Amino acid sequence: MENTTKYKTSLVLLLLALVVCFIVNISLGSVTIPFKDTFNAIFGGELTNDSWKYIIWNYRIPKAFTAIFVGSGLALSGLLMQTLFRNPLAGPFVLGISSGASLGAALLIMGTALFSGVFAIGIVNDLSLAIAASIGSFLVLLVVVVVSYRIKDTMALLIIGLMFGSITAAIVSVLSYFTDAEKLQQYIYWSFGSVGNLTWSQLLILLTIIVLGAILSILSIKPLNALLLGENYARSLGINMNMARYKIIIATGLLAGGITAFAGPIAFIGLAVPHLTRQIFNTTDHKVLMPAVLVYGAILMLICDTIAQLPSSANVLPINAITSIVGAPVVIWLLVRKKKMIF
Amino acid sequence: MNKKTTTHTALKVNDLSIGYRNKNEITVIAKELDFQLEHGELAAIVGVNGIGKSTLLRTLGNVQSKLSGSVQLDGKDLKKHSPIELASTISVVLTEPLASKNLTVLELIALGRQPYTNWIGRLSETDKTKIKEAISMIGLENLKHKKCYELSDGQLQRVMIARALSQDTSIILLDEPTSHLDLHHKVQILKLLKHIAHHTQKTILFTSHEIEMTIQLCDKILIMNKESHDFGEPCELIQKQAFERLFPSDTVTFDAKTGSFKIKK
Repeated sequence: MENTTKYKTSLVLLLLALVVCFIVNISLGSVTIPFKDTFNAIFGGELTNDSWKYIIWNYRIPKAFTAIFVGSGLALSGLLMQTLFRNPLAGPFVLGISSGASLGAALLIMGTALFSGVFAIGIVNDLSLAIAASIGSFLVLLVVVVVSYRIKDTMALLIIGLMFGSITAAIVSVLSYFTDAEKLQQYIYWSFGSVGNLTWSQLLILLTIIVLGAILSILSIKPLNALLLGENYARSLGINMNMARYKIIIATGLLAGGITAFAGPIAFIGLAVPHLTRQIFNTTDHKVLMPAVLVYGAILMLICDTIAQLPSSANVLPINAITSIVGAPVVIWLLVRKKKMIF
Repeated sequence: MNKKTTTHTALKVNDLSIGYRNKNEITVIAKELDFQLEHGELAAIVGVNGIGKSTLLRTLGNVQSKLSGSVQLDGKDLKKHSPIELASTISVVLTEPLASKNLTVLELIALGRQPYTNWIGRLSETDKTKIKEAISMIGLENLKHKKCYELSDGQLQRVMIARALSQDTSIILLDEPTSHLDLHHKVQILKLLKHIAHHTQKTILFTSHEIEMTIQLCDKILIMNKESHDFGEPCELIQKQAFERLFPSDTVTFDAKTGSFKIKK
């Protein structure tokens, strides 16, 4: 409580770092655009090449914003889950929400081809994919809420989340056995994750979902802090645990489900960012952690996206591979440094 | 700290039955519990394993529901308290481990102020004063910036007691506060509890297996047996030969002169 100014300074520095990462991210890409022109494009100056303006405004800036929303949202949902489930290894995948989204996407891409033959051709586009993934994650969320009402044990919920992952993997492998290579490839590309290809209107939907999730999270700050002691202690402090649990689970579902629907499953951001933030801010207070996690998530995701872009080349690496390459060593480093993972 | 001047008994238990309710099945753990505690009293619940000491404590702390009977706090029924009212009347120290040991001592003690803080948990000047008072009363100034995983069992127990103190309730319930501690630290914790009860007029009730120590330190003792329960001051209970009934006489016997148990050879 004496460190408020220190936290504020750190947060301002982080925000500055975010702005730098944002500008670096949009100034790099497959087409080389001079830094001066990037700057002019953002602030309405004159450009030497009109197509550059188009690239920056309709491709690079939406992509950078997607990266920011995806990183912030996933990191926040990871923080919520680690506290709610008292488990340092919890992340958006653990509840099975990402698996639900994957299952929805798999059924749409490969299932339609399998069952309706000719009819399915042309149906699978980005929007229907997002809807299928949302339905998948929403259904899993419903199951989780029902189960959490009947079983108070949060470890049981974690195991149920893992089982959803297994079911998804099993169904995907069965489907892939019967579908043609092209459909399988489409699903695999989706499962690589991507922050590109979002229009401004899709971006607005994503932003709305994340803002809703963030509001619910902010309203849960007090219960989350009490949960650091344990559920019985939280209750003894006057917290309505059922209410708090619903709020946190719905926030998590909105964040993880919405993001997976638009950007595909993206690994490790939700798991690694909360741990990194706790290390650097050296606190467990969610009042401090929440804004910090949002900014850290955004920065890390922008960096991963910048790397995935392979500047000045036409190739794009799957973002999921980059987040894993960056995220997994972070988790290992934390384990080695701290001997055991604590949250 | 604040002395609540009230004419009511701090905790009054009448014909209480405790246990678990499962759909159609009712498991009674203990029944016909009758006792009352005044402000500023230190009291212990003793009895053999599985007799229902923790269940009683959890029922009093409203962690689980009673089966029948009544529990009154300061003359008002337990169930008529709102969650926040209850949180500012009863604080607990449980046996369950902390969910996160990454909290600093200061952060943990500050969480005791939750019933009084605003929606986001901002600490007011009063809250900060109460936290400081709790820290100085338990003597934790040197530890306050340490993380909980760095503490020994005895230190952690004192921190948990400080957290309950900062919650500023008239009743503190502790479930086996001295288990896992060595003799020195057991005595240290129990003396601390006695000091708190007598200096702050808080009512402190805890479960314990340290019968000999509770006889020496507590104002009141509740002995839980299968058939009936005994409640009163330690001396009264010794005279009533209540401790003799606690354990089967073929393993240990109670020596009324020294107030201690002897192993039957």
